[in-house]
Amino acid sequence: MTNVDTLIPKVGVITDVRIDTPDIKTFRVVTPDGKKAFDHRPGQCAMLSIPGVGEAMFSITSSPTNTEYMEFSIKKCGCVTEWLHSAEVGQQITIRGPYGKPFPVDDEFAGKNLLFIAGGVGLAPLRSVINYCRHYRDRYGKIDIVYGSRSKDDLLDYKEIIDEWATDEGINVHLTIDNAQEGWDGHVGFVPNYVKELGFDTDKTAVLCGPPIMIKFTLDGLYALGFEKTQIYTTLELRMKCGVGKCGRCNVGAKYVCKDGPVFRFDELNELPTEY
Amino acid sequence: MQKITTDALVQKAVELLNNNTVSYVLGWKKGEFDYDITPYVFKDEKTLKEEFIYSDFCGVNLSKYLVAKTKELAGKILVFLKPCDTYSFNQLLTEHRFNREKVYAIGIPCEGMLDIDKIKLNLEGISSIVETKEGVKVNTLDDKTIELEKQAILLEKCKNCKSKKHYAYDELLGEEGDVLDNNRFDEVAKLESMTAEERFEFWQSQLSKCIRCNACRDACPACTCEKCVFDNPNSGIENKSPANSFEEKLFHIIRAFHVAGRCTDCGECSRACPQNIPLHLLNRKFIKDINEHYGEFQAGLEVGQRGPLVSYTTEDVEPSDVFNKGE
Amino acid sequence: MRKCSLSAINSIFEEIAKNTMLFLPVDNKDGKAEYKKWQEGFLLSEKLNTVKSPKEFLFPQTENLMEFKTSGKNIEIIDTRTAKEDFVVFGVRACDAKAFDILDKVFLTEPRDSYYASCREHGTIITLACNKPSETCFCSAFGIDPANPMGDVSAWKTENEMFFEANTEKGEKFIELIKNLTEKTDNKEVKKQKEKISNIMKKLPLANLSTEKFGGGKTKELFDAPEWAELSSTCLGCGTCTFVCPTCQCYDIKDFNTGKGVIRFRCWDSCMYSNFTLMAHGNNRNSQKERFRQRFMHKLVYFPENNDGTFGCVGCGRCLSRCPISMNIVKVMKKLGGKTND
Repeated sequence: MTNVDTLIPKVGVITDVRIDTPDIKTFRVVTPDGKKAFDHRPGQCAMLSIPGVGEAMFSITSSPTNTEYMEFSIKKCGCVTEWLHSAEVGQQITIRGPYGKPFPVDDEFAGKNLLFIAGGVGLAPLRSVINYCRHYRDRYGKIDIVYGSRSKDDLLDYKEIIDEWATDEGINVHLTIDNAQEGWDGHVGFVPNYVKELGFDTDKTAVLCGPPIMIKFTLDGLYALGFEKTQIYTTLELRMKCGVGKCGRCNVGAKYVCKDGPVFRFDELNELPTEY
Repeated sequence: MQKITTDALVQKAVELLNNNTVSYVLGWKKGEFDYDITPYVFKDEKTLKEEFIYSDFCGVNLSKYLVAKTKELAGKILVFLKPCDTYSFNQLLTEHRFNREKVYAIGIPCEGMLDIDKIKLNLEGISSIVETKEGVKVNTLDDKTIELEKQAILLEKCKNCKSKKHYAYDELLGEEGDVLDNNRFDEVAKLESMTAEERFEFWQSQLSKCIRCNACRDACPACTCEKCVFDNPNSGIENKSPANSFEEKLFHIIRAFHVAGRCTDCGECSRACPQNIPLHLLNRKFIKDINEHYGEFQAGLEVGQRGPLVSYTTEDVEPSDVFNKGE
Repeated sequence: MRKCSLSAINSIFEEIAKNTMLFLPVDNKDGKAEYKKWQEGFLLSEKLNTVKSPKEFLFPQTENLMEFKTSGKNIEIIDTRTAKEDFVVFGVRACDAKAFDILDKVFLTEPRDSYYASCREHGTIITLACNKPSETCFCSAFGIDPANPMGDVSAWKTENEMFFEANTEKGEKFIELIKNLTEKTDNKEVKKQKEKISNIMKKLPLANLSTEKFGGGKTKELFDAPEWAELSSTCLGCGTCTFVCPTCQCYDIKDFNTGKGVIRFRCWDSCMYSNFTLMAHGNNRNSQKERFRQRFMHKLVYFPENNDGTFGCVGCGRCLSRCPISMNIVKVMKKLGGKTND
């Protein structure tokens, strides 16, 4: 049969493995003939699998403006991720996608000041947006990035943040770690508290991603600052199998996270049951 | 027709609720029709009076719900136990599955429960069912009345009722019954006397009907593992719907092994099965073999008894004898 | 409209089976109806409906999706899809036929599921009107008329005759095939039969079941209803309802290592199962109440919201007969609907 079926993946190969933190690695994936497996938009995801182990959905952390390869920052916590963490360069995997509704980088975000708030591995999906915006810098206003993790060693993409993001014109990076640590003279404290301390103006569009508890308190802080639900975006994750809204698994109310999300604005989420 | 009336049970339940002996009543609730009774936790007098029922369609064994409900609910729970239910009640306590202090058990007599599927084999379109001493009178949607004899429409598990005697209760309603002479191993003996090919064909045709809905496992009082081996990806036999039919049949054989020695023969597995697979025959085969090898043993006779499969004595049968029996 | 005498129906089955695979409801040893592949001697069951629904013909319980061969670090993906053979399913009831439309809405929308689509293309559905709807039927609540069952060909059985009417091109082909075994007729007898059926429907106990409290946009109203706790309190979470339901289509994708390669297959799954939404770091539906609520909110609210008001239930009554503890969608609808009928 020659007709396409989205459930049938392509073969991909891991060409680089970078150890970011004790439990997060970033994998570079291309097809065996060295090209990107497919094009994507910021915030979209792909299904990666190892035959016999399982298949899971991961957000594509590299920006679509990277024409050479795709990157996935993956935290080790289950069967598939554990297997990936033991994989070496040259290991083939299967890949299919892109899935999901991307961030509205060319619509609602265009011309706006952007405030990115991330915790832990939650930076991974936002990185694709941040690097997209950096590539098309003049399409966006001021960019603020608040990023925190448990400790200095748990900060994802640390080198890139310090060497590239923090040095860009019009981009302010605010890093924090949960507890004081030797060798760290930056801010200490949880992300939601740091956001409150920084006291941002509400002339921004905010994008959040991180552990549910961080999102909850950060949201409260943003509302207290005067942000409206229509100004705040996030990206959700739930167990997924098909990736296209057919297997019935990842729904929140009438919306499927794989198809109608993973990017949602908070006024949309307000209409949905809190099953995420 | 049950000898004890719904009203008698409601009266007792209301009394115990009102004098604060219990806070909840685990019983049976009326359905849309006369036969679709649901197990239910009643909390108040009004609902008890309006919706509680004890009829010929109360086959559900309530004892398994105590495992979850005693954890979930803060107050004491009244549970009505038919004679066969008391065995699983004791077995669950032997396995420390719930706190006895949180339960007030009332033993109630049972004249046998009916199988709506067997009733529907004779007709389609039921308007109402009237229970009689001899069986039932079914009023159909096209205004006919069909009488059916009890023996022909009993639940499988009730056909070889092993006992009208209750083995656990705080209070007994109605008279104490007797242990019965029953022929519950006759079907098993019939299967044993078949040739290996005939027996294989019998089980092939029955087990191939299985749709892996897991109703048998979820209804079984012996299956209370918090993480079932069939839901555990690390067990190597995890599967919702197997890739091949061989695995499908193994599910039942594995489960029968897991409950062997703990199965009280309550028959819920066969009652719950949507495809009418006679699963109880697998479990009865194990019980028959255990009886023959280790002496008569009934799980659930008393709390704390040790089954022969988990107690080792010098009188235990030799493995070679068991193996040779199968030849 | 064409007809044949009932005594000729077996020759019709024979003729169809010569050309293509034919499936029809046949009584099995337990006295229940089951879809089986026609062979000589098989008689059409008189039962109202089968235990398992015919969704299996389009969406099998297990279905291989593809295979992999791995050697060292390399993976080879093998597309194992093959062209399906044509088949005919005879005797599908109106509720089950409508369920096919519902499955279409899930699987045939973009991106089209090629596995389902190929089964759908190759299947010809011959429906049969229900002469004796029973007390567990409530298809009329969802706008389904058992006297007008749709499908590629609709059939009606009277005391002595069987009538056929094609509704689609595939249906016309079927009628062509059995032309010599049938004769042209008017629709007078069928009209009488439809009236009989309609009269029975009006008197069914669930005839007045109302869906007015349900539909798209009702999430906020119904999601936090206190009734969910008591409706779900004795649910076993076994999944029987899901597996006998003609519209349930949740599936899981799993890999099976054969020792020589890996088969990736999909299989029916149930949102009632405790690990349905389990992730490595948690579960967004941890209690049976949440899972129970999900199933019915999906059928009564989310599905109509995404599909122009079409409900995810066809009133076939299988969950009413098969749930081990007699919970079902009717009890849910009545409890949440706030009032009992009549």
